[in-house]
Amino acid sequence: MISEPALDRLSAMFRGPDVAGTRYELISVLGRGGMGTVYLARDTVLDREVALKVVERPWLDANEARTLARLEHPGIVPVHDFGELPDGRLFYAMKRVRGDRLDRWLASGRDLADRLGVFLRVCDAVAFAHAHQVVHRDLKPENVMVGEFGEVLVLDWGIAGHPQNADGQQQIAGTPDYMAPEQARGETVDHRADIFALGAMLESFAETAPVLAIARKARSDVPEARYQDVQAMAADINRFLAGRAVRAHRERLVDRLARFGRRYRLPILLVLTYLMVRVLLLWFLRL
Amino acid sequence: MVAMRSAGADDRRAAFDALVGAYWKPVFKYVRLKWHASPEDAADLTQGFFLRAFEKDFFSGFDPSRARFRTYLRTCLDGFVANTRKADARLKRGGGVTLIPIDFSEAERELRYQAGSLVDDFDAYFHREWLRSLFASAAGRLRAAFTERGRADRFAVFEQYDLAPDDGERPTYAELARRLGLSPTEVTNELAAARREFRRLVLETLREQCATDEEFEAESQALTG
Repeated sequence: MISEPALDRLSAMFRGPDVAGTRYELISVLGRGGMGTVYLARDTVLDREVALKVVERPWLDANEARTLARLEHPGIVPVHDFGELPDGRLFYAMKRVRGDRLDRWLASGRDLADRLGVFLRVCDAVAFAHAHQVVHRDLKPENVMVGEFGEVLVLDWGIAGHPQNADGQQQIAGTPDYMAPEQARGETVDHRADIFALGAMLESFAETAPVLAIARKARSDVPEARYQDVQAMAADINRFLAGRAVRAHRERLVDRLARFGRRYRLPILLVLTYLMVRVLLLWFLRL
Repeated sequence: MVAMRSAGADDRRAAFDALVGAYWKPVFKYVRLKWHASPEDAADLTQGFFLRAFEKDFFSGFDPSRARFRTYLRTCLDGFVANTRKADARLKRGGGVTLIPIDFSEAERELRYQAGSLVDDFDAYFHREWLRSLFASAAGRLRAAFTERGRADRFAVFEQYDLAPDDGERPTYAELARRLGLSPTEVTNELAAARREFRRLVLETLREQCATDEEFEAESQALTG
């Protein structure tokens, strides 16, 4: 039988990580997820606050941590340190980002152009990671921070590698609403799983038909029907912002005319004004 | 739990056996203390409860989005015991279905060992007993796994340090090193490896008890508090 003191001891093993002997002191819990818990911690050597992610299951190994540490991009939270705690759990220390989570930022009422501006910066960071053969696998608004200075950072690259269980089988990880069908089935996924997640994120705040069409193309069930890279998706969003036709959306004639009118509002006004003046002049001259 | 809802009789039976394995002790102890049942009555009620649950498919009505499975099971159990007592019916044991062997005397011994601690929160009590059962199961798997790999020494470090019954009798790393003929550094490494494997086995055992990823997520978070 497990005695009361042993039960307390074993329970404590699950409650908080054992950071004794490391350079970190735990301050509080910043967040919990399926892959582990993120703590606000103090790096006692450099005397600064960091976000310390303690991984409950072996999602990461040293090679993957090195890969993540090499992703130097203004939109990707930098990894400072990686290691194993005395209790056997793995951790990595990241820059502590102050600001709003994207889901809260979106809820605070921003116009579509602002939202798309932030979204494009997320796309930029993800495209950079893809160029380095890193797939995030758990993109969602809760994993994006809009910082105090307007910076946009993608967090939680903890399952970016290829999580496997002890038997070497692929593990299913991610968040159901944002998870590509092939990921939910536990199949091997590529960067297009992230494109699906980006589509799901975009759909959550898209207000107009062209943006919805972009989102839906990105989150097609079949990877081949999605945008084949993040840049193509971002290009379609940029086309929309510039008032041009997006490739994912077949416009009706009336929508095309309305968009044409919005895009060339000033020249159209000038031409109309000119024509009106000409008509008026002709009319006066005939009198 | 997923398998219990599946059509395959073998899968359903295996899932049910896992469920009984995880919960029979908490159920027995809970019935003994909450319902003031004698050891014999508590054993009958425990067997009867699981038997009825299997026959009537009690647990297929469980909705993970509404409650924890433990809470649901305890509600079913309270209803079962109350109805059984009201009807004053003798429980039929067996009924053509052989439940997994249960050694109630072991649970009774544990209860006597725990005697003296008053229970005023049965929800917390049931949770703690479930936790004890979960850890005991994982520790059993750990022992078996290390023995099979010829690493009984690694389990010995874990057993003597982390499973020590009393804090006062817990050895220091240096004492443990002397006892087992290891260096203190080796004790540290062996203990870290054993804890890592123990944690994995606890989560694996927990996963087997959960129907969905969401339920597992919630249970893992309850565990990591």
